[in-house]
Amino acid sequence: MINLRDKGAEIWESQGRLGRIGIALGGIAIAASLPFMGGTILNTPIADYESVLVYPIAMYVLMAIGLNIVIGKSGLLDLGYVAFFAIGAYTMGLLGTKTSLNTWEILPIGIAMAMFSGIILGVPALKLRGDYLAIITLGFGEIVRIVALNLGALGRSEGIQGIPTPPGIFGIEYAFDSHRIYYWTLLILILFAIWMVRRLSVRRAGRAWESIRQDEDAAELLGVPTFKYKVWAFVLGASVGGAAGVFYASKTLFIAPDNFTLQISILILACVVFGGMGNIWGVILGAVILGYLPDRIRFLSDARLLVFGLVLVIMMNLRPDGLLPRKKREKAIVKKDAS
Amino acid sequence: MIGNFLDQFWSLTFGGLSLGFIYILIALGYTMVYGVLRMINFANSEIFMVGTFATIIIIRDVFNFTQTSEYATGFRLWLILGTALVFAMVVSGVLSMFVEIVAYRRLRRMNSGILAPLISAIGVSMVLAESVRILTDSRPVASPRAMEKKFLGQFFDAGIRIDNTIIVISALVLFGILITFVNKTRMGKAIRAVSMNPNAARLMGINIDGVVSATFLVGGLMTGAAGFFYVLKYENTSSNIGFELGIAAFTAAILGGIGNIKGAFYGGLALGLLETYASFFLGTQWKAVTVFIVLVLILYTRPNGLFGEALTQTRA
Repeated sequence: MINLRDKGAEIWESQGRLGRIGIALGGIAIAASLPFMGGTILNTPIADYESVLVYPIAMYVLMAIGLNIVIGKSGLLDLGYVAFFAIGAYTMGLLGTKTSLNTWEILPIGIAMAMFSGIILGVPALKLRGDYLAIITLGFGEIVRIVALNLGALGRSEGIQGIPTPPGIFGIEYAFDSHRIYYWTLLILILFAIWMVRRLSVRRAGRAWESIRQDEDAAELLGVPTFKYKVWAFVLGASVGGAAGVFYASKTLFIAPDNFTLQISILILACVVFGGMGNIWGVILGAVILGYLPDRIRFLSDARLLVFGLVLVIMMNLRPDGLLPRKKREKAIVKKDAS
Repeated sequence: MIGNFLDQFWSLTFGGLSLGFIYILIALGYTMVYGVLRMINFANSEIFMVGTFATIIIIRDVFNFTQTSEYATGFRLWLILGTALVFAMVVSGVLSMFVEIVAYRRLRRMNSGILAPLISAIGVSMVLAESVRILTDSRPVASPRAMEKKFLGQFFDAGIRIDNTIIVISALVLFGILITFVNKTRMGKAIRAVSMNPNAARLMGINIDGVVSATFLVGGLMTGAAGFFYVLKYENTSSNIGFELGIAAFTAAILGGIGNIKGAFYGGLALGLLETYASFFLGTQWKAVTVFIVLVLILYTRPNGLFGEALTQTRA
């Protein structure tokens, strides 16, 4: 099968500065014009196309980028990523309804809360071996949901209602049903996250994560403070999840524990692996497809999750490294190590 | 509270024990596969779910029990229970082998790390859960009661109920058979060899695919038996039941040391009792939180679980 990832990298690397800026702007323009393509084949049969673009698609993309820092970059298996999403959303829900703070003021608080819980969970859990990290994070995701379900202050199963929409900035108003505005705002968040991850990847943190993913013991022996960088990866991943959560609550105006089940964690994980772990473009592609597919095939109504499961099985068997896998030279080292 | 607890101690303990044995059998499905492949068998929870439905099919459709039927007695009762148990085990065992072929085999040969098979196993469990959900119209299914749930006797103040007794005794027997199989038979030896060192085992002429298939089969048989016992005890099931019990059983496997058969035994028992006691003191809704905190504490002090990890240690 042709390797799209290497093809893409080749084109990118052969371009000069201007060409790269052109490609980037072109990509952004295509992404930004997606809300206008509702009339084409992309349209979703039952759900409103523009709202599908916001949630799940853009929201999944944002979360998948965050989870990719944890799983793809540093190789830590996190099965409870939804916890950070929920913490962000509940921070928005509580502060938005109980105080006079608005969404933009709550956003940094929500991110801080998610990062803080990332530290609380990460410091004990990251001392454990990989497979146990999976179950600990999975349990943490469930516990956040159970706590939300049983604490009166968090509204139990009714959740929190009447969360305010973001106030307008730069003359743009966030009406409840103007999905495009939310989509473009999310696009900006996504671009910011991409920028952050790309910058970090080529710096000390990125190299440390890469070495941890390939061989943690060797990295430790060579003087990489592995524990510190593992916690950092975890906390950065959490911060993106928290930001997504704040924005989600502010968009849907209503949150309940049912929105934060383990299934979300698993779906986001599937986005990451399906698209191509470690490669941010693959992850984005995976999230777009997996967010979009269930709504596109809604005409199957009851059977759509069944078909979705089948697609996962078949795709993983055909392309175990995902649709757009990470660079070959990075992969080769892992393969040699695993056999 | 404490006085109440002491009054109910034995009845809670019996309930917790039988729940614990159900956990043990599901945990064996996880632990066997983990021991051989070093992978989490994510589809095991849905194999359990299918086992519960297989049981209900036998009781309700093959022996035509309804909610108003009279209880079966004597030979007919044992025939029904035996058939249901064997059917649930076989269905789950074969299904488990099938899952291995569909979700794991190709990826295992490609040596593709642990995440790709995890996702394809998640895909398979979605297919299983969704198919059953569509077949049952998303409704829980109640099992008719084939057996009168009488008390066999008293132990202090607690009645010993017949279904709990059957669960504990048969699960012990199954566990004994499994230990014997792993330790005494040729295939068991091959399974242990592969779990120790797959490459060396292959060089010694062991058919790895066959061993992996056998492991999934055995794990599926145990998980299917758990499905039967679950229906016997709780008399209902639904298409989303696998998830909750699967997570609990997986926790049990880790608690005892995943990959270690004896670990699954003690982990399952500990978890069953812990959940029952925690539900009594804190209310059912907090039991998962309690279990999780205990798990974190144990892993923190003993990173390999209570009994260590290797499948090979069952020889000791």
